[in-house]
Amino acid sequence: MLQYVTGYLSQPVTPGEAGNYIWALIYILVVIMGVSGVVLGMNWGERKALAHMQVRLGPMRVGPHGLLQPFADALKLLTKEDIIPAGADKLVFSLAPVAIIVTAWTVFLVVPFGRTHAITDMNIGVLFMLGVSSLSVLCIVMAGWASNSNYPLMGALRSSAQMVSYEVAMGLVVVSAVMMTATNTNVGTLSMIGIVEAQASQHFWFIFKFFPLGLIAFVVFAIAMVAETNRAPFDLPEAESELVAGFHTEYSGFRWSLFMLAEYSGMIAVSSIAVTLWLGGWLRPFASIHGPQITIPHYWRGGALDFAASLLPALCMFLLALFCLVGAYRMPRLRTFRIQTAGLTVFGLGLGFIGMVLLCPPVRDRVQDIFWFTAKIGVFMYLFIWYRATFPRYRFDQLMRVGWKVLLPIGLGVLILTAIVGVLL
Amino acid sequence: MPEDTLGNSSAPETAAAQAADAKSSVGSQGEPPVQPAKPTGEEAPKPLAAPAAATAAAPGTGAPAPPAAVPSKTPAAPAKPAGPVPEPWNEPLPNDLMSRFGSAVREASTYLGQAYLVIDCAEAPEVLRVLRDECQFDYCVDLTAVHYPKREATQFDVVWILYSFTRNQRVRVKTQIKDGDTVPSVVGLWPTANWLERECYDMFGIQFAGHPDLRRILLPDGWKGFPLRKDYPITQQDTEWVRENLHIESGQ
Amino acid sequence: MTTSHREERTFLDSQELILNMGPQHPSTHGVLRVILKLDGEKVIGTECVIGYLHRGVEKIAENRTYAMFNPYVDRMDYVAAVSNGLGYCLAVEKLINVEVPARAQFLRVIMTELNRLASHQVWLGTHALDIGAMTPLFYTFRDREEILKIFEKYCGARLTTHAFRIGGCQYEAYDGMEQEVLTFCDFLLPKIDEYEQLLTTNRIWVERTKGVGVISGADAIAMGLTGPPLRASGVKWDLRKAQPYSAYDQFDFEIPIGYNGDTYDRYLVRIAEMRQSVRIIRQAVERLPQGPIMAKVSKMLKPPVGEVYVSIEAPKGELGYYIVSDGSLQPYRVRVRPPSFVNLQALDQMVKGQLVADVVAVIGTLDIVLGEVDR
Repeated sequence: MLQYVTGYLSQPVTPGEAGNYIWALIYILVVIMGVSGVVLGMNWGERKALAHMQVRLGPMRVGPHGLLQPFADALKLLTKEDIIPAGADKLVFSLAPVAIIVTAWTVFLVVPFGRTHAITDMNIGVLFMLGVSSLSVLCIVMAGWASNSNYPLMGALRSSAQMVSYEVAMGLVVVSAVMMTATNTNVGTLSMIGIVEAQASQHFWFIFKFFPLGLIAFVVFAIAMVAETNRAPFDLPEAESELVAGFHTEYSGFRWSLFMLAEYSGMIAVSSIAVTLWLGGWLRPFASIHGPQITIPHYWRGGALDFAASLLPALCMFLLALFCLVGAYRMPRLRTFRIQTAGLTVFGLGLGFIGMVLLCPPVRDRVQDIFWFTAKIGVFMYLFIWYRATFPRYRFDQLMRVGWKVLLPIGLGVLILTAIVGVLL
Repeated sequence: MPEDTLGNSSAPETAAAQAADAKSSVGSQGEPPVQPAKPTGEEAPKPLAAPAAATAAAPGTGAPAPPAAVPSKTPAAPAKPAGPVPEPWNEPLPNDLMSRFGSAVREASTYLGQAYLVIDCAEAPEVLRVLRDECQFDYCVDLTAVHYPKREATQFDVVWILYSFTRNQRVRVKTQIKDGDTVPSVVGLWPTANWLERECYDMFGIQFAGHPDLRRILLPDGWKGFPLRKDYPITQQDTEWVRENLHIESGQ
Repeated sequence: MTTSHREERTFLDSQELILNMGPQHPSTHGVLRVILKLDGEKVIGTECVIGYLHRGVEKIAENRTYAMFNPYVDRMDYVAAVSNGLGYCLAVEKLINVEVPARAQFLRVIMTELNRLASHQVWLGTHALDIGAMTPLFYTFRDREEILKIFEKYCGARLTTHAFRIGGCQYEAYDGMEQEVLTFCDFLLPKIDEYEQLLTTNRIWVERTKGVGVISGADAIAMGLTGPPLRASGVKWDLRKAQPYSAYDQFDFEIPIGYNGDTYDRYLVRIAEMRQSVRIIRQAVERLPQGPIMAKVSKMLKPPVGEVYVSIEAPKGELGYYIVSDGSLQPYRVRVRPPSFVNLQALDQMVKGQLVADVVAVIGTLDIVLGEVDR
């Protein structure tokens, strides 16, 4: 059994490419679990980070430093009464959240966390991702329509109009990034893994390529993806202090949690597109520089910089473990805090254990790609939270104006210039 | 509440009432609160002694209190100078108005430095228009009413408070109406009077002729009664409305 | 836009939509009901339904003595309670023609300007929250805590302070008050810079507030707007300078004005007013004279028969008290001229033709407190 596992894991291709259904299924489950886990973490992270930016603490009670808050929220949502509004279209009403979560997770079929760490690698990877994420617009309209109420319908229509308009700009800059893959080989590729490998072979992350075109394309995409996911400052359709509440007003309990899951999964999905296309995917910074060769018996043979980078995941885990242990040390020494202190210590020790595991060579080598990919996605998640804390909301007409009159021309310009430069160079 | 008859009383009576009140207010520091009853008791003999008290007190000669004073007052207290009285307002503005409108402008005085005019209700729109257009009173500060139920002829005082930016001057324009009279609306002159007149109507029941939308503003639409009138007790509510709309049995 | 020559309306023609921003709503700063007539997204008419918080304060005044009524006025504009108290005390003091000692006047100025700062901070936090910026709310409320701590030490209450009495102040400045107030002034100025950093040059804030809720100077005067909305429309008028009261003529400060009459200008005017308030407070504390804090006023106050109208520059606008006295212990009529009531009237004119999302912004920029609108 173990041999089967290790035998498989040493293959250089993804399960989809290898045609291995069982492993593909396992990868799918792992990815879904992972995404859900990250969504839980985002829930906690958003509340804590937002709170700290607003000079307050955020959840502190439910678990040490609020770490168990997402579980409490999930439990609450699961045990809520299932309400369907009178006059609502029952089939569509129940179908909408299911459909949206299916589309949100289907996108992750082609997201490459590493060279072999993807479920599959379609040769139309990027197109597939953009197309499937557009299906969520349909699901939003379904949700708004089925609610049989004026305000969710208006909110759904606004949401869908917003998403559609920003997809145009997104598509244009994605094409410009894809064009950059054809630089040396004269063969471009839409495949996600192919795009990262193109960046690797050109020794250039596309964000720095044809400076400043890559950067502008990245910035346009970064703005469009915030609008695509209905996040601040483009969250008018779901803002509370506006008249029209969002399309998910009439949803409560588990159905609402599916919408929330889909929203955060969408955030991760568009961030992964951005990371793959411009930020080098799973590549570490300066991936082509290996440093002098060093050898540590039974442990390492290779470049020094590679060695330093390979220790990074474990170091990050140790750092997190240190935060937890220091937090546990600083807990008040009172009886009521005993459980929290104990829990936080155990959590810290657990993270430290994971860090140790990450130092073992077989794990260490395979985890590199996943670590860098996840770290870059983490940066984007933090940016999402930061935008929410800082910016006021755009009014709907201004939102549409930005999408059509600002981002679209810039995207078009970048596309044309990239094409010209690509041909000339 | 003491049932004084108010209105623009003549100077001596006001001075007497003020003198009595001024004395009582000053002398009551530390005295038992029996004072309020005294002035009403002294009201009758007052007018006889009033001119003497007024003329004696005005130069501040320290004339003793009139003979009707109660011995419990501090005996050596000098009589306080008479309180503030409304003084005639001698300026080009009111003089011009008086010459133009004649008897419609019944009074132009200042009290404590604040100028006010009392005009006839019929001429009110014209006077106010002149004030706005020619005298630059372009800001209507307030519009309110006071209810004097004991006055026979006119029960309501409707007050417009106007301000002029260029003159940096505030003037009160008062008119007196009977219960049931309508007052011309000034919404055409100052749009701000829209809600102010609605509130006046809501609280007093005064109709404003020419108001585009005269209905209740603070109280619910179906409320019966006008609360700020003096015959509306403070604990009264429109029990029928409360019963119907709030479903409270007792109506309170 | 092509004109339609059809006589009958089909379902494609947009109809008027009546939208109700009900009494309970996160953005109406209290119980205010606004009925909007919309054509798609554009507002073609509004109607405000007020009176949900009507407590009959003017009727109560006729049944209380002058001193007993003093705490009631705090409850009208509960955010800026000190200003309400100042206006009322000044009106009654004018009626009884008593002069407030200098020290009391300076103390009153300090408290009133601190209250102006607190009121503007509440305004800024809630206004930003309505437009979507969540963070300034927490910053302004955190800094307002310092002001409330000073109030609490001075008169025992944070919000509805009842700080002044007829004739002066009841409470002497507590030990260390002057130092604390000066420390607070030094503390606050960088914080105001912080608020500005978040908002003033923020592209989204500017787009949400520039050109929204425009009202010209002449219209503002005609509608009776006072306070920052009037000053932002270009009319340089502040009662503290035009008709100074309570020692304001002894202080050196400026009146900020704006020229466009839009929400952005009203925001800038109020921020600048906050800075000027700090300036006034510093001068008042440095020049605080010694002496009594209360004039000789009888306990059973019976003003002479007559009437006065006294108004002050409250944070929200011109707050006026028209008091009619019949010579008895209780006022015959107290009329409060509420700035928020008159300012709210201008809402209709300011949002005509704007979008639905702007209604919330304009209500916020008018800075209304329903306690004052309804009394």
